[in-house]
Amino acid sequence: MSDNQLLAEIDRYLNGEMTKDERARFEILRNENADINSKVAEHKHFTGLIKQYGERLELERRLDAIHSEIDVHTLKEELMIHPSWIIQMWRNHHSKISVAASIAIFAVLCTLFFTGYLSNREVNYVKLKGEVDQIKQSTKELKTRVNGLNPQRKGGDGQGKFRGTGFALSSNGFVVTDYHVINGADSVYVQGTDGKSYRTKVIYTEPQTDIAVLEINDPSFKTLGAIPYSFRKAETDIGENVFTIGYPRDAMVLGPGFLTASTGYQGDSTAYQVSIPVDFGNSGGPLLDSKGNIIGIINAKQTHMEGAAFAVKSGYLLKAIQDIPDSLKGNLNLNYKNVLAGMNRVQQIKKLQNYVFMVKVYNQ
Amino acid sequence: MIRETNNGIPTDSEVILGILNNSESVLKRLYIAYFPMIFQLIINNNGNEDDAKDIYQEAIIVLYNKVKTGDFELSSKLKTYIYSVCRRLWLKRLSQMNRYGGDIRDFEEYLPVDDETEKNNERDIQFNKMGNALSLLGEPCKTIIEDFYINNRSMKEICDDFGYTNADNAKTQKYKCLQRLKKLFFQQK
Repeated sequence: MSDNQLLAEIDRYLNGEMTKDERARFEILRNENADINSKVAEHKHFTGLIKQYGERLELERRLDAIHSEIDVHTLKEELMIHPSWIIQMWRNHHSKISVAASIAIFAVLCTLFFTGYLSNREVNYVKLKGEVDQIKQSTKELKTRVNGLNPQRKGGDGQGKFRGTGFALSSNGFVVTDYHVINGADSVYVQGTDGKSYRTKVIYTEPQTDIAVLEINDPSFKTLGAIPYSFRKAETDIGENVFTIGYPRDAMVLGPGFLTASTGYQGDSTAYQVSIPVDFGNSGGPLLDSKGNIIGIINAKQTHMEGAAFAVKSGYLLKAIQDIPDSLKGNLNLNYKNVLAGMNRVQQIKKLQNYVFMVKVYNQ
Repeated sequence: MIRETNNGIPTDSEVILGILNNSESVLKRLYIAYFPMIFQLIINNNGNEDDAKDIYQEAIIVLYNKVKTGDFELSSKLKTYIYSVCRRLWLKRLSQMNRYGGDIRDFEEYLPVDDETEKNNERDIQFNKMGNALSLLGEPCKTIIEDFYINNRSMKEICDDFGYTNADNAKTQKYKCLQRLKKLFFQQK
């Protein structure tokens, strides 16, 4: 029996096409011959697999047919859990967004490059330097302010350099300023508007009225020339038009105003209250009336109050000068001749400015 | 989330009887009843429409075969069973595609169903081999084999279709084809 014939027999056997006799004979053959038996089993398995495969294809076809009736698209709309719009937008448009962002960054970089922002470091450097200078300047200003008017702060730190104002008493080099300006000083210099600086010696101080008299003892000093103003002995009345000049900063500054009270801070009868814009550094400056008489010396101002400055009355200055011992006084002769009266303010200041000094104080 | 169909959702026992009786309408009602549930699972876990269709049909086939072979015991609701099988299949598919992020968004309760899907997987491999072998076989062998073994047509009918003058020639041809098919089938790894 050839293989094909055997297979045909097996097919017939498996399909139940055999007659009863044939079937019985085949079963005997199968039982006797193990080889044939295994062939039957193998064929059965393989054809079974083909059949199942066919059934599977058929089932899949049926399922596909059913599936095609379902509206998947609508279902998707219903069942999809929609992420927030921003995520959705990113998912849908992320390529466009990326391109836009790249272009934006590129454009910014190009702009910066072509405007020289990226390459020109010098501009930044100069700017920085300016700032440093500004800081230096403001620190310096602060120092001056702290120490100019306020007696308590004066002796505080050792190495400081302080500044006030002073004015000439006589042509031969006597200068008056505030006691608190030179208090604790090692050396005191005065500098005129011409920029010349002279060393001075403190010859007399009167702490209670805040007056100090200096004498220029610098070898280069010759003479100041005739003093243009005089000193008023009597008190001045409220309402008098007054002014001061001083050195609240490196340049001389005019401070105009009025005499507003005949007593000073907390009823101090040795001082006037004046409404003059003054700042630290104005201390020791002359207070003059409109005719050019010295009526006081600026020495303080009230904080937290606009336009309340104080000046020691000139009467106390004159008294202090009288109290200077003769041995120290030398030839201090006060001027009583006023050449400023009748001049206008501009001319008065022109005359005055050579006799008003910046007082520079050094201590260790 | 379950859409009402014309005939409504078939009861679980209706489904089993329907499958055993090859009822087309029950199969359709079953398919339509639970598809949205699985569709929702797949599309909200990194899948698309085609994935959902594949996975759902695979699960239906698992159920179908289990019922047909008679070893299906309804120990839970049919809905839960289908969901569990689909979930298991989808997790497997995701990890094969390296798209599994370690987390899945669930919509239903589920049971462990590893065995079912494993068995089905083996059978799928066999069927894949058979499909490949048949397509390699070429005509007219493929049609002869399919007609005889799948469609249960008699050799006489096949003879007429192919114009064989002699039924013996056809038979000889058929067995030659079968031998080649076996060879192709077992050659595959």
